[in-house]
Amino acid sequence: MTDIVNDESQQDLVTLTIDGVEVKAPRNTMLIEVADQAGVSIPRFCYHKHLSVAANCRMCMVEVEKAPKPLPACATPVSEGMKVYTHSELALDAQKGTMEFLLINHPLDCPVCDQGGECELQDVAMGYGGDVSRFNERKRVVRDKNIGPLVSTDMTRCIHCTRCVRFGSEIAGVSELGATGRGEFMEIGTYVEKSLSSELSGNVIDLCPVGALNAKPSRMKARAWEMVEQSNISAHDSFGSNLIMHTLRNEVIRVVPEENAEVNETWISDRDRFSYEGMYSDNRLTQVMQKNDGEWQPSYWSDALHSIAQTLKQYDAEEIGFLVSPNQSNEEIYLTQKLARALEIKNIDHRVNQIDFEQQHADPAFPWLGQSIADVGKQDAILIIGSDLRSEQPMLAHKVRQANARGAKVFVVNPHYCKFHMPLSGHVVVKPQEWLAKIVGLLAELNNSSKHNVPSDLNMLLSTGKVDSDMAGIAKTLLNVEHSSVLIGNLMQLHYEYSSLRAISYWLSQLTESSFGYVSTASNSAGASLLGALPHRTVMSKTIDEPGMNYQQMIQSPRKVFVLLGLEPEWDCVLPTQTLKALQQAEVVIAINSFTTEGMREYCDWMLPIKCYAEAEGTKINMEGRWQSYFKVVDSDDEIKDGWKILRMLGAELELDGFDYVDIDDVRQEISQSLDNSFGFSNELPSLPKIEIKNWDEGIVFSTGAIPIYSIDSIVRNASSLKQAQDLDESVMMINSIDVEKHGLIEGKWVKVSQDEDSSIFKCVINNKIEPGTVYIPRGLPRSEKLGGVYAPVQLKNLSVA
Amino acid sequence: MIHFLKSFSLWELLKGLSVTRKKLVAKKITIQYPEDKTPQSPRFRGLHALRRYPSGEERCIGCKLCEAVCPALAITIDTDERDDGTRRTTRYDIDLFKCIFCGFCEEACPVDAIVETRNFEYHFENRGEQVMKKQDLLEIGAKYEEQIAQDRETDAMYR
Repeated sequence: MTDIVNDESQQDLVTLTIDGVEVKAPRNTMLIEVADQAGVSIPRFCYHKHLSVAANCRMCMVEVEKAPKPLPACATPVSEGMKVYTHSELALDAQKGTMEFLLINHPLDCPVCDQGGECELQDVAMGYGGDVSRFNERKRVVRDKNIGPLVSTDMTRCIHCTRCVRFGSEIAGVSELGATGRGEFMEIGTYVEKSLSSELSGNVIDLCPVGALNAKPSRMKARAWEMVEQSNISAHDSFGSNLIMHTLRNEVIRVVPEENAEVNETWISDRDRFSYEGMYSDNRLTQVMQKNDGEWQPSYWSDALHSIAQTLKQYDAEEIGFLVSPNQSNEEIYLTQKLARALEIKNIDHRVNQIDFEQQHADPAFPWLGQSIADVGKQDAILIIGSDLRSEQPMLAHKVRQANARGAKVFVVNPHYCKFHMPLSGHVVVKPQEWLAKIVGLLAELNNSSKHNVPSDLNMLLSTGKVDSDMAGIAKTLLNVEHSSVLIGNLMQLHYEYSSLRAISYWLSQLTESSFGYVSTASNSAGASLLGALPHRTVMSKTIDEPGMNYQQMIQSPRKVFVLLGLEPEWDCVLPTQTLKALQQAEVVIAINSFTTEGMREYCDWMLPIKCYAEAEGTKINMEGRWQSYFKVVDSDDEIKDGWKILRMLGAELELDGFDYVDIDDVRQEISQSLDNSFGFSNELPSLPKIEIKNWDEGIVFSTGAIPIYSIDSIVRNASSLKQAQDLDESVMMINSIDVEKHGLIEGKWVKVSQDEDSSIFKCVINNKIEPGTVYIPRGLPRSEKLGGVYAPVQLKNLSVA
Repeated sequence: MIHFLKSFSLWELLKGLSVTRKKLVAKKITIQYPEDKTPQSPRFRGLHALRRYPSGEERCIGCKLCEAVCPALAITIDTDERDDGTRRTTRYDIDLFKCIFCGFCEEACPVDAIVETRNFEYHFENRGEQVMKKQDLLEIGAKYEEQIAQDRETDAMYR
């Protein structure tokens, strides 16, 4: 006897029999769910466990005793004493009939269909269909639609299960696909021809039971049966989605989600799905390159490592700076800091998108979400401060949306307008310069009504706090609900008052008994912090007495030697111009990277090729503190080496102790040995910065901005289909019409944006969702690399004549 | 006793010689190859070919069923989308040293593109030539198309 019990309705169980086997299940569960868990297979097309029940394919017909006709299992709730027969004559007859109707208009072009071999229609037709067609009339033909560079369509194959339509409205939150017409004339499409804009749109490829929606980048490249599948994890955000990579003859053909109910359920973002194309870009670095008198020449690993070791020995430890990408694996980060520290180099940092380091001693052992990912979906209220969640963390945004669909109130406080795919209970857009004052106001309001108190140091500040009506609502909700969260994101970390903003946000969470979490963008920020890629802490967050220089200090008083691991500083760093200047001034710059950029060819002296995520193995820590391994899926060129091997060889070349690893497992073992429980899963903020609200002149225009969704790291930047999907004019800056008038700008014309000594030109586009007094400039792109920090006063000057 | 008599009368030898005598005057089954050739069945499985439609369009749609069914893993195919949106092979290699001429590829093909011709007289002069490329196979197809088409038609009623 199989028991299907889920904890919520343990009391209300009913007993039924499916094909003679007695099963217990909670009342009102749908029959198909119970059958699935009992291991009885019922054919289906429109039913999907994460989508609503549509019952429109009629494939899951089963016989239920005392029911006059067969019933659809996906829409029949179980009841006491029910007797179900899934393979009786009546049921099979109904299933065969449905199958025949579905095949009437299906083209049967299986040999040229990418779904062939893994097609649900094919499988079910083999099991339940007839072997000869009785249909001799003309088949229906539907014109294909162009729905963007990611999803290809063959709409004649569509069987109208509407899974993709329901996915749009229920999961992605953007109803882009829909059905027009009825019966024979029903068509699935985007109504008006356009590209899918959802950041989760690729999931319709997996949902589609037939070959109507398929992955465009891998279209007609391989058949389902010849690919080898291997597990991997996402390399682009700290959500750590589980992936399966399908490879054929040492080439990644496509990426699909691996089900993990605790992390990504059955979905992945488009970034995770299509970024593999970046590995095959022309910008790949495939050889050790050395600059000789301004000319790039290929070199050998042995020569390169020898020269680099000599260089590192030659300079004082203080003159050397290490900048590490927070996307690298734990092993690479651990070895980098071990190497640096063995050479007594203290200047090492991974926080290249932070400029305010005042409170770095108060940082948690590693920035984490403050709760498990699954718990996000169970919150009653979520306050997001400083995050364009959909673009930074598409999958976490999905989780927040899940909570929202359950009735949770979601509030957002951002320095510029960000699109959300759910009804927000409050969307507060503040000017970057007034951000602090705004949340201080919120804290002041809470301080009056909460039973908890803020530290006395804050009282003075709070007495000056003014609360707006939009913020008062947030305060009230957060206090009244049981489970609430305060999440701070990347847009806050970029801010010049990060320490203060974070402290106030932290106390907001304390007063409302909410959990406090960091939404770290990079895929291994947690690992980089925990394993000591920091100037003030070593492995397992042990504090160093005399901290080295952080990212900003290394840039402001440029070091003579820079070692860059996995970074493209002009786009990955928050201060692009300053960083570029520092690198150009440096005497030696060594880049260990998978890709090259034009800038790199200018300022670097050595470029060492390192393996990309699917070519290497390693571990990463995601935002909920989950250690996940990723594996080698394909081989790279011989000249491209594993990160840990490069660092190991360099350590050996420098004759350092403890660099005699044979295997990556040796490194892993060393890391796990240094793991003790001295750090906790805590985001507690033990100290307060000196918080001061600065008053800026009303007339000053502040820049704001964010890195677009498909420019977030080097792999994604090089993925061609994602680039097309981004469809972004990087020369556009957005500004409110009030400011356009005030500064004498002309829409569509060029504007010179000056920030300190730096300037760049952008095309002026009016967008009244941008706050007056701010200008939105997309970051992390060639045009914005000529500017400084994200939030700063800028001067605007019209360059064209009316 | 009988055994004893048989061995002394050279019975076994005479029996053997009687076969020789019969065959001496019987019709010969050997032929003077290469001047003479044995007749071939329309189902003869010789050198492979890729066929085209009468319009000149290649038949193969790159479904890779032949590659999947090949027991000797002699076929290697790469596919991609052609400019007109159809699925086509960009590589179609058959390694004739691996091939066991079982004819499964021919049977698996949904469009009668890969076929085995009646040609069994071919040779290679250099290493690597045994791997027939797509272009080679198409040329063989063009050369023998008449015969291939005729054989398919003869055999059609049994298929």
